Amino acid sequence: MRARSQRLIMVAIAGVILVAAVGLALIALRDAIVLFYSPSEVAAEHPGFGERIRIGGLVEDGSVERPAEGGANFVVTDGAATIRVIYDGSLPDLFREGQGVVVEGAFIPSGDFEASTVLAKHDETYMPPEVAEALRESGVWQGEGER
Amino acid sequence: MIAETGRFLVALAFALSILQLLSGWRAASIGSAPAMRIAARSAYGALAAAVIAFGLLIILFLQSDFSVAYVAGHSHVDKPLFYKIAAAWGGHEGSMLLWCVMLVGVGAALARFALRQDEQLKNRAVSIQGGLQILFLGFLAFASNPFDRLLDVPLQGADLNPILQDPALAIHPPTLYIGYVGLSAAFSLAVAGLIEGRGGRAIAAALRPWSLFAWTALTAGIALGAWWAYYELGWGGWWFWDPVENASFMPWLVAAALIHSAIATEKSGNFAGWTAFLAIMAFTMSTMGAFLVRSGVLTSVHAFALDPERGLWILGIMTILAGGGLTLFAFRSGRLGHGDGFALTSREAFIGVNNLLLAAVAGTVLFGTLYPLVMTAFGVSGVSVGAAYFNATATPFLAALLILLPIAPFLPWKKDGFSRRLALRSTLWILPGVLAGLWAFLIEASPVAIAAAAFAGWTLAGVATDLWHHRVLQGAAARFSLTGRVLAHAGVVAVALGAVADSTGRPETVRALAEGEQIEIPGFTLTLDGVRRADGPNYLADEARIVVENGRVSELLPQRRYYAAADTTTREVAIRSGLGGDLYVSLGEPRARDSGEIAYEVRVTFNPMVWLLGLGAIMIVLGGTSASIGRALSRRQKERVS
Repeated sequence: MRARSQRLIMVAIAGVILVAAVGLALIALRDAIVLFYSPSEVAAEHPGFGERIRIGGLVEDGSVERPAEGGANFVVTDGAATIRVIYDGSLPDLFREGQGVVVEGAFIPSGDFEASTVLAKHDETYMPPEVAEALRESGVWQGEGER
Repeated sequence: MIAETGRFLVALAFALSILQLLSGWRAASIGSAPAMRIAARSAYGALAAAVIAFGLLIILFLQSDFSVAYVAGHSHVDKPLFYKIAAAWGGHEGSMLLWCVMLVGVGAALARFALRQDEQLKNRAVSIQGGLQILFLGFLAFASNPFDRLLDVPLQGADLNPILQDPALAIHPPTLYIGYVGLSAAFSLAVAGLIEGRGGRAIAAALRPWSLFAWTALTAGIALGAWWAYYELGWGGWWFWDPVENASFMPWLVAAALIHSAIATEKSGNFAGWTAFLAIMAFTMSTMGAFLVRSGVLTSVHAFALDPERGLWILGIMTILAGGGLTLFAFRSGRLGHGDGFALTSREAFIGVNNLLLAAVAGTVLFGTLYPLVMTAFGVSGVSVGAAYFNATATPFLAALLILLPIAPFLPWKKDGFSRRLALRSTLWILPGVLAGLWAFLIEASPVAIAAAAFAGWTLAGVATDLWHHRVLQGAAARFSLTGRVLAHAGVVAVALGAVADSTGRPETVRALAEGEQIEIPGFTLTLDGVRRADGPNYLADEARIVVENGRVSELLPQRRYYAAADTTTREVAIRSGLGGDLYVSLGEPRARDSGEIAYEVRVTFNPMVWLLGLGAIMIVLGGTSASIGRALSRRQKERVS
């Protein structure tokens, strides 16, 4: 009897924690999901101002400006469409013109994309899978996951 | 010749593992002493072969033998000696060889040290471990052999990614791997125990020391990785909820649950099934970590060698581990036996809740990490889950864990233990909690930090009482165990506090500075005094001299390095540590102004009380070590008595 009741209580506690975990996960997920767009998808779908998204593509050659007061502006392209990115942080060391990049942030009313994070990867031979797919779709690039 | 010998030794270790599997199995089944000797010697032989193979790989690096693909891909003639050696495990193939060396090492250790009083169970475990060795050595030999030759031999190597040229990185992967692979011992012992139909107590007693050791190493490995990210990557943070970081955190959580539940199982037979389940899951989670890191299925900052074929191999191994282990568990868990039962306010009940909370964190982290993969399977690609998810889901459970933590050590096993005395004692802990909260309030900390300080005050007071109350324990073994428990618990509190303090820090300030210009952040004025060349053996570097004033004057020397062989730029951050926190400065790109002046981008942050994280990690590792020593001493005592 006692063994059964203690087991019941443990199961009840487990149930409460499980429900809490699932509930918390679903609520937290709603706010924390960030969708990925290629520049062409942005042109087609027009994500709203202030909506937190990721954009990936190639850094257009010759597009990087480094204002004297700091930060950097550049253009992300997938060959079919382009997006101007404004960033006031410090560019990662592996950031290069002509190479893959993922930026996270939101569009601002001027139509530019204000990035809060710029991700260029550890390894310069690495192409983020989403970027590779976006570039394949726009026909700019035929490679596999790496190049 | 050396590379060919290496290849041969890997194959030899593979063959010996097969022998280990078969003869261990036979020894366990018919109790044959010769078979047992063969199993043990195969395990030692496989270890010797793997260690020598690893030594040969290091020699290939020392000779800069670029006819070997892996060496050509990860080394360079100009690389300093130390990093030539460290490069042996800096890439995928070499780190897999290291993984195999450790896996085979665990096999040999099981054959040598495990379970002297239960040879049947030991032989079965050695046999199972042989099976694990076959899986991973097979993967090494057939899909990621570090001794593969190149047809076109390059004159120069491609160099190791310069970010990886760092002392912490040289020791971070080996330490982490000891943790990951150490959990294979718990897996093998649990599976062997299920096959042999041993009771839960015997299995828990067998796997406890191995799990504790592995968990301690895993803690050290994760801490080293976080430290490396903090000062070498120059991202200004130490934990990003990146898939690869999560991949190490999940086995850590499962192993943390395991080392607690195994105590209860050994003591009173409770949670027998759960302990066996955790032991199977812990190593499966480790393997899943390897899969996530190497397959490239998730977008991670830790892009390793990305190869879908390798991903499939590891996925296959993981399926065998999880499928085989859990199927066996489903059929045999009935034989583990039922425990003695326990009351609602016994220590078992608290350990049970501890395990449920840890499992809840592991589950939500797993869900968040794999969610993008699941969505891709449903045709929705490009979803990523931000850090906000992980902070929101993990924090409440970890907080509950820390609040309940100090009560458990005062509860008796099995019986109801909530006495008036304990109620009074824990009421007293509220006082330090209130004081700590008040202090945080007075220094104008955020509400989260005030709450964290208050809870930490409560928990630390409880942990200190644990030490004081149990100081009368007799015998070195009991004292080591107590010290271990107290250190580890206090260390977890310190890490939690450090994490909260860090999250309350201000965002970074980035500005381009010409010589003589200043950045001001609250409490500090930083002046760029000048920039000079500071080239090293295989890189070119700019070094900025930045004068810091906050009452007294000091200087910081961040660098920006260019590694020509890898065509990569890195930054060496400069950190001034203090009791209040770290002033963290990194040097970015130069840019020309219209006036012709050159301005350097300087990034400054103040990270409050980061030292708490390091202190906490060291305390946890020392605690785990101390508890391991206590465990070994008490075992020796028992052996002497019997």
